[in-house]
Amino acid sequence: MILLTKKRLSLLLASMCLSGMAHAVDVTGAGSSFVFPVISKWSQEYSKSADNRVNYQSIGSGGGIAQIKAATVDFGASDAPMSADDLKAGGLGQFPSVIGGIVPIYNIEGVESGKLKLDGQSLADIFQGKITKWNDPALVALNPGVSLPATAITVVHRSDGSGTSFNFTSYLAKVSDAWKSGPGTGSAVQWPVGVGGKGNEGVAAYVKQIKGSIGYVEYSYATQNKISYSQLKNAAGKFIEPNAKAFAAAADTADWASAKDFNLIMTNAPGDAAWPITATTWIIMYKQPKNAEKSAAAFDFFKWSLEKGQSQAEALEYVALPKSLVSKIEDYWKTEFTK
Amino acid sequence: MTENTQYMSAVIPDVESESEKRAARDHRHDAWFRRTMLGAALLVLVLLASIAGSTLWGGALAFKTFGFEFLTSSEWDVVNGKFGALVPIYGTLVTSFLALLIAVPVSFGIAIFLTEVAPPWLRMPIASAVELLAGIPSIIYGMWGLFVFGPFMAENMAPWINDNLGALPLIGPIFQGPPLGIGMLTAGIVLAIMITPFITSVMQEVFRSVPVALKESAYALGGTTWEVVWDIVLPYTRSAVVGGIFLGLGRALGETMAVTFVLGNAHQFSASLMMPSSSIASVIANEFSEAYTDLHRSALIALGFLLFVVTFIVLALARLMLSRLSRKEGV
Repeated sequence: MILLTKKRLSLLLASMCLSGMAHAVDVTGAGSSFVFPVISKWSQEYSKSADNRVNYQSIGSGGGIAQIKAATVDFGASDAPMSADDLKAGGLGQFPSVIGGIVPIYNIEGVESGKLKLDGQSLADIFQGKITKWNDPALVALNPGVSLPATAITVVHRSDGSGTSFNFTSYLAKVSDAWKSGPGTGSAVQWPVGVGGKGNEGVAAYVKQIKGSIGYVEYSYATQNKISYSQLKNAAGKFIEPNAKAFAAAADTADWASAKDFNLIMTNAPGDAAWPITATTWIIMYKQPKNAEKSAAAFDFFKWSLEKGQSQAEALEYVALPKSLVSKIEDYWKTEFTK
Repeated sequence: MTENTQYMSAVIPDVESESEKRAARDHRHDAWFRRTMLGAALLVLVLLASIAGSTLWGGALAFKTFGFEFLTSSEWDVVNGKFGALVPIYGTLVTSFLALLIAVPVSFGIAIFLTEVAPPWLRMPIASAVELLAGIPSIIYGMWGLFVFGPFMAENMAPWINDNLGALPLIGPIFQGPPLGIGMLTAGIVLAIMITPFITSVMQEVFRSVPVALKESAYALGGTTWEVVWDIVLPYTRSAVVGGIFLGLGRALGETMAVTFVLGNAHQFSASLMMPSSSIASVIANEFSEAYTDLHRSALIALGFLLFVVTFIVLALARLMLSRLSRKEGV
């Protein structure tokens, strides 16, 4: 029997305390439903190689910003970038995490996925209620060889504030003056027509149910739920199908170097093969962390996701950030965030 | 009484007998009981007043900014900060009254069946089934409404309604609309299914409380079952029945998740029952977590206060109606 001298006892207790300090940290984040599929996949993979756990709640970009401002979560995720003033006022910094595309989805009997062609102006007119039937001359002109029925178009938009809506309306404002002066750009605009679904999931559910409907969701929601999505005419005048290559082409033509705090909206990118509604989601964190341990754990998670998380992102049809952007983000961490 | 004998020569002490002690103790207990019950009742009043007061306080900014226009405007523009409560109020009232219109006759039928008509072996299963309906969470109703009932409405009922009822002269426009499957009619039907168990259970209880002698005398005079129910049972239980109906109405007015799923969340005012709309509870549920401008948040809290006001008005009307009816009877 080992004699429990005072010295040995104190050593035993000290080692127990120290090993207790290496316990798992729970990092919480909230925000955009746009990146929910990829962040939850990352957190699953990350927990295999590290002790810490990352818990992400998909409550919408506006919710993510509100929660990080109230410091109830360790990081927020928003599809709309915060302005430099807002960031300064809150003591926050932001950086992109992953790139994805927003696709128009539809439910038209007899028209398979990828067969419908739309352009920015007609998309804006549909969402403004100016084009009300699928066999409208403007749509028939864009789709020779596709028989569009005389069904009424039911527009499905988001009922909650959303960064997906922000990027979608930013694109519509860029391609249609009527949209720019009408509903405008925002995470929640006054939609002229249509029904509202809650979250990307709600819009997908409504479009699947309602015949003759059109909506917009993040690309992985369309592929995972097997809903038909359309082609879009991009700024270069070419009809593009949405896929990872098209999103990457849009990201490549973006000018990140001149954007302070990575504040750059990538919609209507100029490239030939670029998907016009490509977007990124910004992770927002405090520059002076409220909880150093959790902040360090969160940075560890994001470093892992930026350097090793590409395969998971690509499996879900997101585009991993280009290497030049990753090194810019890591420099930004060193200069702006205190550990 | 040993303690007495010692002092008998000096002072006559004020001694309580056992029964007097018990009476004093009972009086004390009774007083405490009454105070506690009074406290519980006052707590309810205080809570009510504080909820009403805090929603009014939170919504003060919206009321100050828009004034009376808040009640009549159907705009809901978050970007430009213009809010109007007309569509949510309209959607809430229409779906709730539609639900009542469908649920009250059905509940009445079930209650009468269970108390008067059903053979004893059938009463237990049906009563249990109705109570089970009450226990289903409202979000399950929402999911059922969206994934099962919605497509059923869209494919089978909506085209029929649009063609036949939509063509009628005066009330036609109320039934015209695309076969979405979601909208005020679907929400009203789902709400009706949700509030039926509550109304049924209250009606059932009071129908059973009618003195058998009253019913037996009516039957003896040659009354049919219907005549007994309509002329004896219902008048006897009138105020409790109305109370049960308003219990159901209260649930329908405040129902959130089921309505959010099947009402369509559209901020446009439409007279047609086939079109989507929004209700006060669904607007608050959808937008509250992302309302990060003060005016938006204040508008949502103001909507909550308006729901309070609507419920209060409806209850007051019910009381008024009841008192008029009882005055007619000379009670």
